Amino acid sequence: MSTRRIAGDIQTSQHHDSATKHVCGEAVYVDDIAVPANCLTVLIGQSSNAHARITRLNLSAVAAAPGVVAVMSAADIPGVNDCGPVIHDDPVFASDEVCYVGQSVFAVAAVNMAAARAAITLADIDYEPLPAILTIDAAMAAGSYLGPPSEMIKGDSKAALAAATHQLKGRLYAGGQEHFYLEGQAALAIPGEDGDIQLFCSSQHPSEVQHKTAEMLGIANHAVTVETRRMGGAFGGKESQGNLPAMTAALAAYLTGQPAKTIYDRDDDFMLTGKRHDCRIDYHVGFDDEGHVLAVEFTQALRCGMSWDLSAGIAARAMCHADNAYDIPHMKINNYCCLTHTQSNTAFRGFGGPQGMLGIERVMDEVAHYLRLDPLQVRQRNFYPEKTARHHGVTPYGQKIEDCVIQPIVDELVKTSDYVTRRADIAAFNSANQYVKRGIALTPVKFGISFNTTFLNQAGSLIHVYNDGSVHLNHGGTEMGQGLNIKIAQIVAHEFQIDVENVKITPTTTGKVPNTSATAASSGTDLNGMAAMRAARTIKQRISIFLADQYQIDQAEVVFVDGQVLVGGDRMSFADAVKRAYLGRVSLSATGFYATPKLNWDKDHMYGRPFYYFVYGAAVSEVIVDLLTGENRLVRADLLHDVGKSLNPAIDLGQIEGGFLQGVGWLTTEELVWDSKGRLKTHAPSTYKIPACSDRPAEWRVAFYADGENSEDTIHKSKAVGEPPLMLAISSWLALSDALAGINGAAYPALDAPATPERMLMTANRLGARFV
Amino acid sequence: MRDEIRFVLNGRIQRVAGCAGDITLLQWLREQAHLRGTKEGCAEGDCGACTVTMARPNGDGRLDYRPVNACILFLGMIDGAAIRTVEGLADPDGNLHPVQTAMIKADASQCGFCTPGFIMSFYAAWQNGNGLAPDDIDNTLAGNLCRCTGYRPIVAAAATLDCARNSDIGNSDMAHDGAMLEALKNMPDSAADLCLGDPPCRFLAPVTRISFAEAYAENSEAIIVGGATDVGLWVTKQHRKLGCMIWTGGVAGFEQIDDDGDMLRINPAVTHQQLLQKIADDAPEIAELLRRFGALQVRSSGTVCGNIANASPIGDLPPVLIAIGSKIELSTGNKSRRFDLENFFLDYAKQDRRAGEFVSAVLMPRGPHPYLRCYKISKRFDQDISAVMLAANIRVRDGVIDHVRLAFGGMAGIPKRAGTAEARLVGKPLDVEHFRDAAAALPDDFTPLSDMRGSAEYRMLSAQNLLIKYGLELVSGKTMRLAGDGLTTGLEGWE
Repeated sequence: MSTRRIAGDIQTSQHHDSATKHVCGEAVYVDDIAVPANCLTVLIGQSSNAHARITRLNLSAVAAAPGVVAVMSAADIPGVNDCGPVIHDDPVFASDEVCYVGQSVFAVAAVNMAAARAAITLADIDYEPLPAILTIDAAMAAGSYLGPPSEMIKGDSKAALAAATHQLKGRLYAGGQEHFYLEGQAALAIPGEDGDIQLFCSSQHPSEVQHKTAEMLGIANHAVTVETRRMGGAFGGKESQGNLPAMTAALAAYLTGQPAKTIYDRDDDFMLTGKRHDCRIDYHVGFDDEGHVLAVEFTQALRCGMSWDLSAGIAARAMCHADNAYDIPHMKINNYCCLTHTQSNTAFRGFGGPQGMLGIERVMDEVAHYLRLDPLQVRQRNFYPEKTARHHGVTPYGQKIEDCVIQPIVDELVKTSDYVTRRADIAAFNSANQYVKRGIALTPVKFGISFNTTFLNQAGSLIHVYNDGSVHLNHGGTEMGQGLNIKIAQIVAHEFQIDVENVKITPTTTGKVPNTSATAASSGTDLNGMAAMRAARTIKQRISIFLADQYQIDQAEVVFVDGQVLVGGDRMSFADAVKRAYLGRVSLSATGFYATPKLNWDKDHMYGRPFYYFVYGAAVSEVIVDLLTGENRLVRADLLHDVGKSLNPAIDLGQIEGGFLQGVGWLTTEELVWDSKGRLKTHAPSTYKIPACSDRPAEWRVAFYADGENSEDTIHKSKAVGEPPLMLAISSWLALSDALAGINGAAYPALDAPATPERMLMTANRLGARFV
Repeated sequence: MRDEIRFVLNGRIQRVAGCAGDITLLQWLREQAHLRGTKEGCAEGDCGACTVTMARPNGDGRLDYRPVNACILFLGMIDGAAIRTVEGLADPDGNLHPVQTAMIKADASQCGFCTPGFIMSFYAAWQNGNGLAPDDIDNTLAGNLCRCTGYRPIVAAAATLDCARNSDIGNSDMAHDGAMLEALKNMPDSAADLCLGDPPCRFLAPVTRISFAEAYAENSEAIIVGGATDVGLWVTKQHRKLGCMIWTGGVAGFEQIDDDGDMLRINPAVTHQQLLQKIADDAPEIAELLRRFGALQVRSSGTVCGNIANASPIGDLPPVLIAIGSKIELSTGNKSRRFDLENFFLDYAKQDRRAGEFVSAVLMPRGPHPYLRCYKISKRFDQDISAVMLAANIRVRDGVIDHVRLAFGGMAGIPKRAGTAEARLVGKPLDVEHFRDAAAALPDDFTPLSDMRGSAEYRMLSAQNLLIKYGLELVSGKTMRLAGDGLTTGLEGWE
């Protein structure tokens, strides 16, 4: 028997497992599932008011409309009228009061979409308007918060500020961001025996959909099964926001006994669902002549919208990333979760981390501008000590930073990006050009990995090995395009030492792995990969024990390698070994479970070790700006990012590139506009502009940090990759700011985000670039 | 009159009778044909997830494969065409098409939802033999949004494809589609007028000018449909119930650009893409503006006359047509009248179009237009609608500006010339100071509004600056643009 290395091993580039299906149109998304002819279409009737009391809700005309099978409102819910992920403040259907334009008030289940569309217009609803708070400024002025503000304290910032040589104060606004997954929210519910419900969902969190659906229907969790094969993008937008479509479909199926599906079209998706939190950050910084930041106080205000959703966790992460990569002796971070009468903002790649980082990166930039230093110098002077240093820094929340590699990453990036020369070239260019300015910025990222909420850091898997040696893999993570399934299949193939094609990737279902956490916080592979590895090891060990017993050898002499099993001096194929074990009545099915070690978090005091480890990276962006129009381009981006020992470099590269450009979109062209009545005016791609092909950097160099290796005992020493690269895009925003700083005699630009052409032009105008 | 549509779908002839007048191609594909590889991402022609190709003979013995947005294309509009969807690319043995293989090899899909649309944009380029080279790719893909990849691997996939040397697979598709289209032509009534759907919503596709005129005379309230890149949205976005529609695209001769003295006569069904190709050499300024008009899918469907007729205040084409002195022709029955296009737009949503009249042609002075410059300001360079648009044109005689047209979009309820600013330039030498002076006068011409595309202050300031930029560019002979191919920053050192 010849030997060769297995195909699809860990630490090799493998295509996405669905790549062929993607390019052939054969990958099935929820709306593509063939349904029985009696499947109903569910459409949600939305509030037209930002804040109002419902004084009358008469849906009789809706019910009587042609093709309508059921009309549903709060009164039709047998159990709990709530779809919120953490706290019960998010009704499936508003009953007494509406709290944003677009809020679900009722739903209709009809024979098709046309009938449903026609029917919902017949609703007879009277509103008594109430005062609406729409913006952060209004909420802060009115003291409109979801809960008491949070505080995180390190040292004595007040005293340190007072003692500092220099002080600056400032304020930053950053806009929100629509997820704009290409596949809108989607769910299909099929009623079963005994009142059971089977759901097919585009959800990052099938277990939560299961639990919330059961709670709504007043039935046990075991009566609801939720399956997710894949999502057409999610980015956090399907962590909690998938609940409502799934629950309305389930309710329709429950009430009518017919299959039902809820598919949001693009406009409904924009109007109904939460987005990234926009924020206002006030800062007060004290520093010395060399740019050592001695103390910072931040007041972060996040616009949470009308309910909690996941905002408490997002706020905690925003606070936990207010230091980014900087060891600042004294910090105080206050965070306000603003209650506004707008969509309930939710998870979005980075989960508050990006907002937290924006604050400190703005501070570093402004300190450098004030001192007339290169911002890179100021940053480098403030980094946390490297992991090899004798003393380690401690974050404002009390976690020791023992794995810091930001210095070698930045040092290498400075060289490979030719930062110093380019910065000089740009200065020369800017002094010779009145109408066009260039800018450059290097920013670091340090991002904490693990859910802040400790109990969420658990995962399960289920593996069957069939008697022909083929392997059925199931785990609690969901596939949203990030390549989770192929990575975990590689991990399992590696354990069994079989070709990855022998490992069948199967849909995530609550029926196989229960009580899962959302696939979120970049943790999908860390958690589920480890759980899958453990399940595979359990089965491997049983086979080993069996074969060792048969051959009367030590268990250690049974070795799985290169597609074969070595048993003492003998060798057999994996399939043969499995066959023998089967005939020997050995269980070939196992679960695996993993709980991240070392974690603790005291959310009342914002203190502990919330993160297992940190991911590091840095980026240099260069831009060019037309001062007559505010138009701008990202002409070059150099990214150097630590993925540890990559499980699949091709997949990880995709996460870095995609995350970066998504971050660029957030900070440049993606602008959400609500009118004075609280109506979102940008609710489709015609008005909301995510990056197009030509918006990618003209020159784009992406590399992995070559010495990357996780200090902790993660799955094959890899590091999570989903969220951190998004924050590399902060460099593009500060490069735009740098270009504006190139205006002759300009004050500090204090550029807000998103830096649309309008914001760039108006800021340039404020800074003195006036031509009329 | 025929009530059955016939087309070729993935190489096979399809005959569809009894469909609704306002059903879209995407609805039909997904719900009737059970081809669910083609996705709905936005239902407004802005994301490209629903891209399919529509091929018709181009007159040179080849088929012209146009990428189109199936979400806003009425089914009647594909009569007599060959449609390919993502399911129709692999060969009968299941071997993938080169564009599919290239995407896999480049790791160019993540969630995969946008991928069929990208595949079909690639396929259109492949079949047409251009569009995948590094200089072309941004333009080819401007109408396809991807939220996962950052586009780099998709562009890398394109770079591995040499579409100029089309493979056998591509050629055989064209030969096969061509043969099937011939077979369609030979069916009975193939040249008959088409009438789909039951009243009130009918889709009429007359095939001659005479039958078009008759249909409009009989249905004077009918909506004239060109490429449905606007009317399609009335159905998919506004959920309006439409009455009778009359499509210009089936009328013989309506698809042509004719010579009309020193003008080009643009007939009702001429698409933006057709015009772009026609004028690319003579009027590159207009071609570049057209290139930023929607994206390839929208330009391949949307018509010039339709863009004029719908009179959107943010239409990007009227300003430039006004700036070069274009005329409009309106017809009813066999009567027609011509007048300056700028006089067509009376007020917001109000045009000088009488009952029964339709836009039968736009007459556009031929290039070159040496002093014409077009500036489009939008949040995003590609596939966006302008916040402000300036098309500026002057004539210089003996060193003096003697004619000026400064046509703005986005500054008023209609595309409008800046009369006061123009007057400040007439009789002046070509000097930047006078453009600054004209810019200072713009507040006398316009009181722009604030909306989600831009505030009033921004619109005014950028409009003023554009006028200065125009002066700077003319005087220096250089251009300073960040949009389009590469960067031109030719005003270095300009004071």
